[in-house]
Amino acid sequence: MTVSTWTAQQVAQKVINNDNLFILDVRNADAFADWKIEGHKFEYLNIPYFELLDGVEEILPKLPADKDILVVCAKEGSSIMVADMLSEEGLDVAYLQGGMKSWSMYLEPIKVADLTDGGELYQFVRLGKGCLSYMVISGGEAAIIDAVRFTEVFTNFAAEKGATIKHVFDTHLHADHISGGRHIAAQTGATYYLPEKDAEEVVFDYTALDDGLTVKIGASQIEVGALYSPGHTIGSTSFVVDNRFLLTGDILFIDSIGRPDLAGLAEDWVADLRETLYSRYRTLAEDLIVLPAHFMIIDELNEDGTVARRLGDLFAQNHGLNVADADEFRHLVTDNLPPQPNAYQEIRHVNMGKVTPNNDEQTEMEIGPNRCAVR
Amino acid sequence: MTIHADVVLDAKGLACPMPIVKTKKTIEKEVEEGQVVEIQATDQGSKADLVAWAKSTGHQYIGLVEEGDVLFHYIRKCNPEKADAAEKTFTQTASNDELANVTGTVLDVREAAEYAFGHIPGAVSMPLGDLEARMNELNKEEAIYVICRTGTRSDLAAQTLAANGFTNVYNVLPGMSEWQGETAQTL
Repeated sequence: MTVSTWTAQQVAQKVINNDNLFILDVRNADAFADWKIEGHKFEYLNIPYFELLDGVEEILPKLPADKDILVVCAKEGSSIMVADMLSEEGLDVAYLQGGMKSWSMYLEPIKVADLTDGGELYQFVRLGKGCLSYMVISGGEAAIIDAVRFTEVFTNFAAEKGATIKHVFDTHLHADHISGGRHIAAQTGATYYLPEKDAEEVVFDYTALDDGLTVKIGASQIEVGALYSPGHTIGSTSFVVDNRFLLTGDILFIDSIGRPDLAGLAEDWVADLRETLYSRYRTLAEDLIVLPAHFMIIDELNEDGTVARRLGDLFAQNHGLNVADADEFRHLVTDNLPPQPNAYQEIRHVNMGKVTPNNDEQTEMEIGPNRCAVR
Repeated sequence: MTIHADVVLDAKGLACPMPIVKTKKTIEKEVEEGQVVEIQATDQGSKADLVAWAKSTGHQYIGLVEEGDVLFHYIRKCNPEKADAAEKTFTQTASNDELANVTGTVLDVREAAEYAFGHIPGAVSMPLGDLEARMNELNKEEAIYVICRTGTRSDLAAQTLAANGFTNVYNVLPGMSEWQGETAQTL
């Protein structure tokens, strides 16, 4: 039987289309428990490849006959070995090209909405890492918010759309993934904005992203307006796009809220976080559609693959927005926090421009889930 | 690299799964039970995978040294059929805790690599296989506390010493696997 090769893009389509898939993950148990390919209708079997070196007979009864089987490992080598062994046993299986490494890097651009006068808003869903980036396109111009490090994905996409990238924003100094923002700006001549309060240690030039700053994109002058919303970091800033969308960065997610501890100042920033979520955001129109910079679990994806929810619905349903007691809130966001993201201190230093690791090192730093939230 | 290994496997430049495939073959075909193999690898994935593989097969993962881009793993071949709690026959024993309050020599009879990755400060290293040849280095007048990982090798060593006229000999139980006190490394 044949072994087929699937790309991360093909697997992303399975996630977004809600397809069935059986994943045989042959990484070791710790790696699987930490982080795997999530899908609404995916089933899993985790058997480390090194337990299959003498043969795959034992797992044959555990594999379904009526579903696609995808073998996954860290980089692809072991999944090819196991897929070949299964193929010799007469099964039709596929392996994931590039393994979890390529899954971590893949971005799926999905249109969120048409904006006023022919403008468009795209969400770039990095399924393997839970990162969300945005591009506003209008009248031949583009603005990008929270770009991940795969800069060519954004520059190519803008080029396809015939748009010139004019403005590149980071809502805050990221700790879970490496920003592509300033590199895109350098390549395209766009202006790169970063909140000044998050930029005390950065070693490159940037334009201060101040509260109330508004830029207009393209001929139809779609507004992208900054709203200071500290708490995840001291500089965290949200954006209101076209008076319809609220880009919340890492402050508010669909099913969780931002954690205040990744710069080491949880206790100091709790009050800011509460003020942002319980006062500042409360003054906004409830019909705004929240577009966060992350998702944590696959259930946060909508039917079309986007991650978006009405602000008013989140006020009603998001637990982190419904803790009446300030002390209880403090405990929620400072006690029992999930583990910190892989290499988060090193990632912050990369985003400050203090160190410039090579591509493999950057990949290694970003392995694993993002863990920017508390639920 | 000064850590002694009985067999050296060069898996540098090989990507997953080859470092583990080769380690498995080497341990099955070229390494005697109780011997230590040094695996040289450059695949970062080998760090977690060799530890997990050793655990699942019952071999003892001793430790890792990184020099530049090269990872030096040390694994001791064990027989998973043989339980750690093999019967110990030497009756003169001391507990780990008692070691703190005694004078004499602590004799560590584990392999040199095991000793290198963590031993009781001041302990003398004399792997079980070298004991017959080297026991003349030991003082018969002094108390000798023999220790290994789980008490099995030290049991054999204590018997050997007793058979050679050492009377003040104790097998330390349970051994280094449960040692909570200070340790030193010689890497």
